[in-house]
Amino acid sequence: MTAVDDHPAHEVGQARPRREDQHLITGHSTFVDNMQLAGMLHLAFVRSSMAHAKITNIDVSEAQGRPGVHAVYTGKDFAEVQGNLPCAWPVTPDMVNPGYPSLAIDQVNHVGEAVAVIAARTKAAAEDAAEAVLVDYEPLPVILDMEEALAEGAPLVHANTTSNKSYTWAFDSGQAGSGGNVDDAFSGAEVKIKRRFIQQRLIPSFMEPRSYVVQPEGEGLTLWSATQIPHILRIMLSLTLGLPEHKVRVIAPDVGGGFGGKITVTPEEVITALVARKLGKPCKFTESRSESLVSAHHGRDQIQDITMSATKDGTITGLDVELTANMGAYLSLVGPGVPVLGAFMFPAIYKIPAYRFTCHGVFTTTTKTDAYRGAGRPEATYAIERIMDEMAAELGVDPLELRRKNWIKHEEFPYTTVAGLTYDSGNYEAATDKALELMGWDALKADRDKRRADKSTKQLGLGISTFTEMCGLAPSRVLGSLDYGAGGWETSSVRMLPTGKVEVVTGISPHGQGHETSFAQIVSDQLGVPYDDIEIIHGDTASAPRGLDTYGSRSLTVGGIAVVKAVDKVVAKARKIAAHLLEASEDDLDFAGGKFGVKGTDKGLMIQEIAFAAFMAHDLPEGMEPSLDSEATFDPENFSFPHGTHLAAVEIDTDTGQVELLKYCCVDDIGNQINPLLVQGQVHGGLAQGIAQALFEEAVYDADGNLTTGTFVDYTLPSSADLPSFITGSTYTPATSNPLGVKGVGEAGTIASTPAIINAVVDALRQYGVNDIHMPATPERVWRAIHSGFGDTQPAAEQTTAHTEGTSNSDRSGS
Amino acid sequence: MPKISVTVDGVTNEDDVEPRQLLVHYLRETLGKTGTLVGCDTSNCGACTVHLDGKAVKSCTVLAVQADGSDVLTIEGLAKDGVLHPMQQAFHEKHALQCGYCTPGMIMASIDFVNTNGKSDPTEQEVREGIEGNLCRCTGYQNIVAAVQYAAKTMSSTGA
Repeated sequence: MTAVDDHPAHEVGQARPRREDQHLITGHSTFVDNMQLAGMLHLAFVRSSMAHAKITNIDVSEAQGRPGVHAVYTGKDFAEVQGNLPCAWPVTPDMVNPGYPSLAIDQVNHVGEAVAVIAARTKAAAEDAAEAVLVDYEPLPVILDMEEALAEGAPLVHANTTSNKSYTWAFDSGQAGSGGNVDDAFSGAEVKIKRRFIQQRLIPSFMEPRSYVVQPEGEGLTLWSATQIPHILRIMLSLTLGLPEHKVRVIAPDVGGGFGGKITVTPEEVITALVARKLGKPCKFTESRSESLVSAHHGRDQIQDITMSATKDGTITGLDVELTANMGAYLSLVGPGVPVLGAFMFPAIYKIPAYRFTCHGVFTTTTKTDAYRGAGRPEATYAIERIMDEMAAELGVDPLELRRKNWIKHEEFPYTTVAGLTYDSGNYEAATDKALELMGWDALKADRDKRRADKSTKQLGLGISTFTEMCGLAPSRVLGSLDYGAGGWETSSVRMLPTGKVEVVTGISPHGQGHETSFAQIVSDQLGVPYDDIEIIHGDTASAPRGLDTYGSRSLTVGGIAVVKAVDKVVAKARKIAAHLLEASEDDLDFAGGKFGVKGTDKGLMIQEIAFAAFMAHDLPEGMEPSLDSEATFDPENFSFPHGTHLAAVEIDTDTGQVELLKYCCVDDIGNQINPLLVQGQVHGGLAQGIAQALFEEAVYDADGNLTTGTFVDYTLPSSADLPSFITGSTYTPATSNPLGVKGVGEAGTIASTPAIINAVVDALRQYGVNDIHMPATPERVWRAIHSGFGDTQPAAEQTTAHTEGTSNSDRSGS
Repeated sequence: MPKISVTVDGVTNEDDVEPRQLLVHYLRETLGKTGTLVGCDTSNCGACTVHLDGKAVKSCTVLAVQADGSDVLTIEGLAKDGVLHPMQQAFHEKHALQCGYCTPGMIMASIDFVNTNGKSDPTEQEVREGIEGNLCRCTGYQNIVAAVQYAAKTMSSTGA
């Protein structure tokens, strides 16, 4: 039994290294592809080489006869589930969903779409047989450009639709009552600028390729999946396959990264389950990286047309956002909702009196899109932070001063934005001032100006990005109002064991975030039990039966609070038992450091002793159930709103166009921090991903719809040599919407860094008449922008009474 | 099928292998050494890095038959008698891993870097260039670099 006299140290706030590490650093991980089950078959998929084509014939005869092959199936063999891959976010009542077959039947709609599957004794045998499947295609028009897809008379991606538009989702602050009318704001505007920003297509690129093992079991099955969403997946598999939910078990063991990329129900998951059930044998599918890049969902891919108006002294008066969002060929699980989530974040941290947002979801013959780290919020932050810089240039004011003038002041919280969100707390001034100091901003500005004056071939650019995001997804009633197909609550149970140890079950499902460590720190403090005596259980629908999983920085802000609530219930029950055993009134008991003490005496009982008494049940209060455990569910009242200020200094070699990130500093305010070590890690990783969007990563299709960035040779993830060390700092403005005062950090770095970098690049290039650069800002694009003025400038203000200098593009022919 | 004899983590194995089988698949599938992971098909990610006769190699670029007669060290053979290698310890203490998928390869590559570099105090830039063949999507590398620098000190003082 635990030495109950050991009062645990204060855990929350400690930079404790992770308990998750031990098995990962010694090679004893439980990633799905490590699994071997007796008699297991291996699957390989035949994937379309065509972007858009009718399938006229599939000849599987040679493949079927190959050694080790148990079965070859095509889409026709799974007709019972065709069209049934779920989309859980029908954002408008009239959203067009053409259906999403797990295996194509008559037609393929993007390169890499699966058309047949082989089950064989070994993976090699399955892959060999896949090579022997012959598919005859009759080409259809390739549709890659979103605007061409929406044009009158455009060829259709799906024959069962009447246009390539899936939906139009709109918000208007005038109609919603949260602000004024944009047309009115624009009609009297002193300055109005319009910009088009492109969110290039990205690929989440988790390091662990997706992997699934299915063990068929009677009416149901057990699925081991490299997934972020074991609980949602269980429901969706049950509905998709018509299996009784209580016979379906989903296990997410070690999961090698997600970043939103493992948030869907995939065709490969469904097919692995179907094949396993058809053959009555366990089956495994693990994708190759090239399969992953072409068939796992992509992210971003939006055209953003932004118009902003202001007074000539720099007060923003209106914002209009028109998005075109590429859904790819199919509607993925939450894909349509990604831009809708972003809609609420365009006004960002600014007091904008009128706001309108319209988004068109479009089908093209490309891989589907869905959540990618930040999901809608990075896109929104990019657009608003870029246009703030453009407005500053138009007005001839410092970009930072324009921001200061327009942001919500510390004393104005809580503040309801024009998008209808109520920000509970924030202190943009404090974070910004701290970041400027840490960065050495003034010295950098002096260096930049000197290099400009010297006409150096190594120009310096400085970029700012402030941001807020909505974390803690989400109040269920809000999700309901957005037609999201689930609630936003989270659940936890806490079990005190007879020996004084504690098992905590959570419905979130981490994949690298370190929740076993941070949650145990929370429980240790709240329950007064040593950290090492607490186990966190997650990721298996048998042992953690209820939950809504991990995405959108909701784990701590929702899941962590459910844990706190469950602990509170345990403590409340323990108090009753303690009062009974100590023959004291509950009101006379203090609870601190795990001990219930009778006020004014040295009498007391440790909670572990009470747990033992509750297990023995020899002497409990009348009518009380034995055991000391509880379950709680938390449905947040509001989102949380972390914020921060990010600063970037880039050096541009004007001879080569090379952009080097010299210095990066961010100060994030995520409220209270449970484990600063984990917070830093999340920020670093997020920064790398956001910087990569600005400088390195882009999914590119050729004219035939082939993904030309289909391997890690071509899709450029940043390496250690591509990045500097980051300067990070924190301010602490606790959330008022939850008892821990936490806000969420998983996406912050990604959201804020992309615009900070591009603002820095444009800052360096503006002297050459350039006011935009397409991402990623590759050496070629930057060089062209400097030397030929090719395609990287946008029109100046539509109408302006303000004097502007240095922003005219009149000398930029061909732009 | 060719027969090979390979010593892996101190144990000598004799197996028949397909000529086309890669070392990583031999380690994972034949020997059950699943600590070594596969992250790409183009030798870019380095998740499969092991030591072959004392040098880091991406085991997806080595055929199993090429390892015949060799000594292979994997992540599973690194800790001795339950004592972590200084690089493993450093990765833990410096929070140099999140999802942990790139970690075995990153640790093996980092050890080879320190051994090859030979200094107890490699610069940040030396470390960054030394391990750039291994990709990580979670950490942004900052803590990995810190861990390698920290481990380099310990390794030089303990001779690990």
